[in-house]
Amino acid sequence: MHKEFLMGNEAIGKACIAAGVNVVAGYPGTPSTEVLETIAKENDGSVYVEWSVNEKAALEVAAGASYSGARTLVTMKQVGLNVASDPLMSLEYVGVEGGMVVLVADDPGPISSQTEQDTRTFAEYSKLPCFDPSDAKEAYEMIFEAFKLSEKYKTPVFMRPTTRVCHSYQSIDVRDYAEYEDHRPEGFVKDSSRWVIFPRLSYANHAKIEERNAGLSNEFSSYERNMILEGTGRKGIVAQGISFANVKDIVNEAREKGTEVPSVLKISTPFPFPEKLAEDFMKGVDEVLVIEELDPYIERHLVYVCGRAGLKVNIKGKITGDVARSGENLPDLVQKYVNAFMGWESAASEAVKTPELPVRPPVLCAGCPHRASFYAVKKAMKGKETIFAGDIGCYTLGNAMPLDMVDTCLCMGAGLGIAQGVGRVKPDTKCFAFVGDSTFFASAIPGVVNAVYNQADMTLVVLDNSTTAMTGHQPHPGTGHTMMGEFTDKIDIENILKGIGVETVVRMDPFKLDEAVDAVKKVADEPGVKAIVFEAPCAVLFKPETPYEVNLDKCVDCKMCIREIGCPGVVLKDGHVAIDESLCNGCGLCSQICPCEAIGKAVKE
Amino acid sequence: MSTTNIILCGVGGQGTVLASKLTAAASMARGLDVRSAETIGMAQRGGSVMSYLRIGECSSPLIKSGCADLIIGFEPAETVRALNYLKQGGTVITSDRAMMPVTAALQGSDYEGAKMTDFLKSLEGGRIGKLVIVNTDEALRDLGSAKVMNMVLLGAAARGGYLGQVTIEDIKQALVKKVKPQFHELNFKALEYASV
Repeated sequence: MHKEFLMGNEAIGKACIAAGVNVVAGYPGTPSTEVLETIAKENDGSVYVEWSVNEKAALEVAAGASYSGARTLVTMKQVGLNVASDPLMSLEYVGVEGGMVVLVADDPGPISSQTEQDTRTFAEYSKLPCFDPSDAKEAYEMIFEAFKLSEKYKTPVFMRPTTRVCHSYQSIDVRDYAEYEDHRPEGFVKDSSRWVIFPRLSYANHAKIEERNAGLSNEFSSYERNMILEGTGRKGIVAQGISFANVKDIVNEAREKGTEVPSVLKISTPFPFPEKLAEDFMKGVDEVLVIEELDPYIERHLVYVCGRAGLKVNIKGKITGDVARSGENLPDLVQKYVNAFMGWESAASEAVKTPELPVRPPVLCAGCPHRASFYAVKKAMKGKETIFAGDIGCYTLGNAMPLDMVDTCLCMGAGLGIAQGVGRVKPDTKCFAFVGDSTFFASAIPGVVNAVYNQADMTLVVLDNSTTAMTGHQPHPGTGHTMMGEFTDKIDIENILKGIGVETVVRMDPFKLDEAVDAVKKVADEPGVKAIVFEAPCAVLFKPETPYEVNLDKCVDCKMCIREIGCPGVVLKDGHVAIDESLCNGCGLCSQICPCEAIGKAVKE
Repeated sequence: MSTTNIILCGVGGQGTVLASKLTAAASMARGLDVRSAETIGMAQRGGSVMSYLRIGECSSPLIKSGCADLIIGFEPAETVRALNYLKQGGTVITSDRAMMPVTAALQGSDYEGAKMTDFLKSLEGGRIGKLVIVNTDEALRDLGSAKVMNMVLLGAAARGGYLGQVTIEDIKQALVKKVKPQFHELNFKALEYASV
């Protein structure tokens, strides 16, 4: 063992390698991404690692490998689990041979997600055992236990950290290389009575799964990470994950002051719920406060446990309105809940009355090609009845003023269907769907097939920046390289579209503004399904070109450059337009908008 | 509990993360437990970012309001935004250089750094026990690089004794391990630059 300062996701990745993982597949998504990246970075070549085209593909690759005896890890964020749910629901009925951990990162807040869905609830629905770590150290250690459990019961298991566990750092003990497990899979052994799902097999296995889970509930009741911190009275708090960490700090602080403190029950395996342990805990208290994020999952289970055991305990939490039903349990909030529950006085210092502060919503970077693409379409379609269906990625930020070019955003790949549906209701609307390159491969292709087959009238705009930018620049099928460090043939977006039957596909550099505007006008006027592929690499991936500057002799301060495109590099300085050279990427979009030709490349002194 | 709680705040891309990692490494070299947390993902794109850093024994990586011993601010408005985290009489070390958000330019509003630093000064001796404002333009001119502002601020914190048990020597030793040799001299100069 030695100490390292690791992010939760790095700790999980390193633990998987140390646990002898053989095959790792996933799709990027905040807050899960760094797990797979860590494994790829640390890989000595003995682990197969891939970014799959989407979560469903990742889970299926891992399933095949687990059938073959390999230890596997699948990584995704919570909404990715929706995509992977089809194979996963069935896989639970079939089971695995090699240990399989399905890492799903939940995002209370949500900080960078569409939903506040709770994978613990999904675990109960899909019947998979679920681990819920409270910090990076625990996540590291739990991985070994998760693989062991998976192999013991031949079932995939969930590891469900939340954002604050994934993205917090901690100094933790990690195994030395000599302590790594070496797992050699045997290979696939044919057995159609095991690997082919049929109603008869599902019927038989369903009964076994329910029996196993009843047993696991007991096993988890004595699992050391489901534990009780003894208090001094008849009040109790039940918590999980980062909420537990916050509760523990608050209770320890009170204990040091000699105040009466509640007993605390920590739930580390939400499913199967450790009912026996919970019942024992509830017998020792009159009143309980449940502090958990996302669903009132534990709260419901405690109500159930008390109902069955006939215990009269007052259970407070999200359902009763004592804890907020949505959002994160930040330490200030947890302190407030505990104060109210325990009758403690608030020791919070008075809030500072500050002057008005600038708002900083996230924006597209200076030099981002999406800004140019959106602006070209906006200009070309000015005055027309339009719908701009957006999608998931950096380009969702195209909704912000002044671009205002994202009318809808739902989930990965949904923009295509939405554009078609809007057109079905009002056929003279010019319907656009914007989709990034990675999202295109992940889930937009069926939407294109649907549009062509059903003869929709729409324009697909692919924003191809040659990377998966939002999650930190992962490769995808169009980039020509893999997580194993190999170079492959790029899968060409235009060829895919043509193969589907989209006859008009125009490739454009969005930074050639006039040409781009003309192309959009022309393409949008054609009937049927047509596409524009805007090609320009993500601004973060390349060294900035010579920055631009404003010639104040020519500038008339009309501020059109600011009002039209909202680039963070174009700022006001002493009331005049200026370009912040530390931000300017040299894309030149602003210079093409300026009516006075006052913006040009900076001349080096 | 003898936990040292530090908030590092600024705007995405200003180098708060390296400063927090160096402090963590320096603390670990002293055998201290460290936890930290930071903003990652969509919020990073030009938004306000904050890192929490806790040295010593604790369970959560997050810091409650009124519990930070030190705020290191990379941008004056972000420093003001984080003030509620500061304990009564805590220390603030901040850059004075304002970063104009796109929204301010769009609305034509005039956000000035001086308003923020004046406000901070008005709290000195009360809510803020010790205030260090670094003239960033001057510092960067003297040092000849815009990339070491994080080391200027961190150096001020370490030399002032505001990082708990962690000293400037600890930070230097951590830096040598994390930063390429050709940048050592520049970074050392930056660490020693600000007067505390």
